Order: sequence, then C-alpha cells, then structure tokens
Amino acid sequence: MSDSRYAAAFARLAAAREGAFVPFTVLGDPDPETSLAVLESFAAGGADMLELGIAFSDPVADGPTIQAADLRALAAGVTPPVALEVLAEFRRRHPELPLGLLLYANLVQRPGPQAFSRRLAAAGADSVLIADLPPEEAAPFARAAKTAGIGLVSMVTPLTRPARLAAIAARGGPYLYVVSRAGVTGRDASLATTAAPLLARLRAVTAIPTLLGFGIGKPAQVRAALAAGATGAISGSAAVEIIARHAPAGRPGPRARRALLAELADFTAAMKAATRRGGA
Amino acid sequence: MRQRGRFGDYGGFYVPEILMPALEELEAAFLAARRDPAFRAELKRLLAEYAGRPTPITLCENLSRHAGWPIALKREDLVHGGAHKTNQVLGQALLARRMGKRRLIAETGAGQHGVATAMMGALFGMPTDVYMGALDVERQALNVFRMRLMGARVIPVESGSRTLKDAINEALRDWATNVRDTHYLLGTVAGPHPYPTLVGEFQRVIGREAKRQFAARFGGAPRAVLACVGGGSNAIGLFKDFIPTKAEIHGIEAGGRGLASGAHGATLQKGTPGILHGAYSYLLHDAHGQITETHSVSAGLDYPGVGPEHSALKDAGRARYWSVTDAEALAAFRLLAETEGIVPALESAHAVAGALKLARRYAREAGLAKADWKKKLKQAILVGLSGRGDKDMETARRLFPELG
Repeated sequence: MSDSRYAAAFARLAAAREGAFVPFTVLGDPDPETSLAVLESFAAGGADMLELGIAFSDPVADGPTIQAADLRALAAGVTPPVALEVLAEFRRRHPELPLGLLLYANLVQRPGPQAFSRRLAAAGADSVLIADLPPEEAAPFARAAKTAGIGLVSMVTPLTRPARLAAIAARGGPYLYVVSRAGVTGRDASLATTAAPLLARLRAVTAIPTLLGFGIGKPAQVRAALAAGATGAISGSAAVEIIARHAPAGRPGPRARRALLAELADFTAAMKAATRRGGA
Repeated sequence: MRQRGRFGDYGGFYVPEILMPALEELEAAFLAARRDPAFRAELKRLLAEYAGRPTPITLCENLSRHAGWPIALKREDLVHGGAHKTNQVLGQALLARRMGKRRLIAETGAGQHGVATAMMGALFGMPTDVYMGALDVERQALNVFRMRLMGARVIPVESGSRTLKDAINEALRDWATNVRDTHYLLGTVAGPHPYPTLVGEFQRVIGREAKRQFAARFGGAPRAVLACVGGGSNAIGLFKDFIPTKAEIHGIEAGGRGLASGAHGATLQKGTPGILHGAYSYLLHDAHGQITETHSVSAGLDYPGVGPEHSALKDAGRARYWSVTDAEALAAFRLLAETEGIVPALESAHAVAGALKLARRYAREAGLAKADWKKKLKQAILVGLSGRGDKDMETARRLFPELG
C-alpha cells in the first residue's frame, strides 16, 4: 500500500514527462488547524507528494528556519500524536497523495519502533525518513517500518563515497532523499554543483526515484534539479519561511491566515509549473 | 566504521548521513594514531611540557579530620587551563592535524572545554570557533574573555534552553556544513562513536596516574573513587583503570534544586535510554521523546544526556550514580576553600560534596572517632577534582554576598 501510492505517482509523472514537486512543512506549524489548511494549500497548488516533519526539540540536521518551525509547533502543544491527527485528517480527504514523514530517531525510540510505526501507518503515512539514522543503526527501525507497511527512506549526500552509495541504494525504499550540498536544511543562493555528479553516480547503480533537497526555494532551482537528473525536488525552508512571515507568533488572525494560504498555493503552483519539462 | 562503538547496549552513531564520512575518517585516524609510537610520544611530550602532567594527589588533612575519614584529591585543577579538559584536547588536536583539518570548532558549557580548545587553536595555529549557550556566556564571562584572548571566536547560541545542549546542536550543524576542512573537537565522552571511546582513552591518563600514585602513597587501591558526572569525561578518565580493582566507583550528578523538583541534571538517576547527539544513552526526555530542560548551579553539569559508557556501568552495577543538590555543592565549595585553600570548580564541588557524604557514612559504619581518621589511610576516598574554581568567581560572589 505504501509503495503503491508512490509508485502510482511516479508512474503518472513519468508518463506526463514531469518531475515531482514535494513541499515540506512541520505538522502543527504554526498550530494544528492552520497546519491542516497549509497541507490543503499544497494540494491545491498541485504538489505531487508531501514531506511532513514531526517537531523535535533538538533537530540537529535542520537549519534555523525549520528549527523555528519545530519550536512553534511545540509551543502550540503539538506532540507526535497531535501531529499524526493532522496527518490522518488530511489523509481522509486525500486518499491517493503520497505522504512521507521526516523526524528524529528519539521520537521513534521512545515509544519503540514497532509501536511508532503502527501509529504512522494508522495515520496514513507512506514513508518515513529518520534524519539522524544512518544505515548502520537502522535495522530495528527498518524491520518495524516494513512490518507496518511503511517505506524507510534513506539519505545520500555529496560526501557519500561510491561503495556506500551503492549499499544505501540497495536498501530500496520508495525514493532516495538526495542532499544537494554539505550542511543542514536552509535556502541557498545557487544549487550546488555537487548534485549533478552525485545523481549521475546514483543513476549508475539504481533505478529508485531521487528527490533532491536542501536549498531549493525557487522555480529555477527546481528546473536545475531536474536538469541535473533528479526525479523531483523537495522544498522545505522556502515554504516554512512563508509560514513564519505570516504567523511568526503562532496561530494567525483571519486576514494573515488568508494571505498565508494564498501565498503557499501560489508558491506551490509556481514550483510545480517548473517541473513540466519543455513547458513553462 | 571498523567498530560498533557500543558499551553494552549504549553508544552507536545516530547522526545525519552527511557526518558519516567524517566519523569514519576520525575513527581510522584514532585507531592508527593509537598504534603509532611517534603520535604517542608527541602526546606524552605535550602532556608533560604543556599541560603539566602528572598532576599530584593531595591528602586533605583538614577536610579529612572534618569528615572523619581520609579524603584525597586527584588534582586536575592543576592542569594547564585549569581543568582536565586539556588532557584530551591535546589528543584531538594532534588527530586533527594528522587528518589535515585546518579549522577547529567546539561546544562548551562552563567554558573550560572552550578554553582548552582555544588553547589548541593558538598552539596549533588553527582558527577556532566555540559555540556556547547564551545563558552560559552570561554565567561564565571570565572564560569567554579567556577564549577571545587566545584568538577564538565565541558564538552565543540563543535557541532552546541556551545551554550546553543547544551549543552541541549548533556545533553539529556547523560541522555538517564545513566537515571537509573542520574538526569538531567534542568536549566529553558523549556524542557519536568514536568520540566516547577516543575522549575516554585520552582522559584515561587521570586514573592511570592516580592508581599508581595512590598505591605509592598509601598502598593498594582506594576504598572508593568518586567524580562528578555531566557528560562524564573526567569521571570516565578517573574510573577506567579502577574498574578491574575492588574500589567502589561513585558518579555524582547534578541534583540541582532536588530530584523531586524536576530542576536537575540527574540523567542516570531520573532518565531513561534514548537517542540524542549521536548516541543511545540515558536521557532526560518526556513520554514522547522530546528532550527536557535541565538545571544546575554548575554550567558544566547542566546537560540532559550522559556518556554511553556511564550508562553501561550503571546497568552493570559496576558504578553507582547519585547526586548532591546545588546547596550541598555550594557548601562543599566553601568548605574546601576554607579548610584546604583549594577553590574547586562548581562541577568539582559536587564531587567534594559527594565525598563528604560518603566519608561520614564510612566513618559511621566503622564506628570510627573523627580523630582517628588517619588509621584508615589505606581506605581513603579518592576524589577527581576536575577543575579549579577561578571561572566560577562571579557566580560565587553573587551566591556569597557576605564575603563582599
């Protein structure tokens, strides 16, 4: 079931000669109700799949923008169960859209990998990426995810050596998260030149779809990601910045909320348009 | 990785993929250096000529008389820089040079590790950035000045609880971005493999010396060795060589305002296993796995995690972990100054307070009159005095206003 939503989406995109556009937000940022509307804006703008964070107190792989989103969600009382309620409600309205989670190992370890994976599956998640879990430590998490029918997504970076790259690709999963540059999440003026050779090396060893992330906030960067050989592009900090601008202190008022949702839908539509090869 | 980096169930390397090549490189450099006579000779030379090793053990006659049982101190306060931190930064700086790294970064709580890293930046001619929680920057102004004086840049971290945990987060982020030419000089026996192993090995000099010195001075092994535990590097350094002996091993955590208050840093007593900063170890976190904020009068003990080797020693029952409160540590801080003319770091004052409690218990159990404490020299308590209190003078002045 998990693979099937991703497989169907990637097949549809390939047939249409489009890349995937995948916006990211932290579930519950700036508050659970607005967050659900944020997910709807992504869908309305034409997002092909969503990457959704569960807020953690110490997100070391993320830059200041996403860390601030985590802290806004935590301040709004968003525990993992609350985040999964938001996800489950969105899933009821969108049965086909692939939904991936991005979180940190201790949120899985504390309740236990099996219990946590069952909760993810029950909420309607298709995949999970654990930001601080390299393959060497992943076995108990991978077993639990597989049992629950959740795809475990691996990460590769420009510093990943060839043998390791092949080993990671061999682990499978619905897609590979390809980090465009060394560092943490955040916007970058230019897409690093390291992405193209990395994607080429991956192509030589695997047919798994690749989503390029870190530093992608503009349509031109989406085009560059696809031109470099990625199957799609993930944009995190840019979308989160829009939320921070309209709702810096948590739940926005009605006017700020309308402006926020409209800007997010426009942003998504512009980024999605850039995935249409030969088109706009 | 050639090793799994586990102490029992604890340890490992739970880090973003971008850091894995750097950890592999560091592990390889460490394993090779450990076998390299030239590296070992250079480290030994620096420990002697630069750091001032060996440090003595001091029998505290007045304090012992006060407690009714002999107490001796392993004097890491006499190491250059003022704390045990210098022992292991020398090792890591040599490794960084060996790996061809050009820049050093570090996190610091009380500032002692930052000072030690700044010393390495100056000594080895490497630009050095030190991340420090903004609250700790306020608490440890003197150490901030010392770091800057030696040419390091101190970067205050405003996020989270504005303490050591948040400084580690920022250092990890910097490292992830600049991993090609930067060595992260992690300050304690926590973090991902190989740090707990390599920091522990470099700190082991404390216990190796202490064991020999104690045997020469008093005969045999002490009845107990005791040290304060934040991340736990001075404690592991002291404990390691006593693990095969009969000595009791006691780790003293930060009891803060009391364990029932929730405002403490007693990770091993009140925590449960979890994953933070690259390792599986005891942790203070809530039912969902969010890290909880901690409190201690001592910035160096104000940390929700602990080195994985301590977690393993706890589970195995080989070491006992308990705590003293802020108030008890402050009383011991003052007592050591008044009775011996030694001003300990606030971290080390926790160990002294623990030793006083243990000494009184031993004396009571033995039915020993206070005046007879000298009869038990062979069963002395050996305390790791991890650092000197100069850095804490501003805090102490506020806490003891009657002294002017």
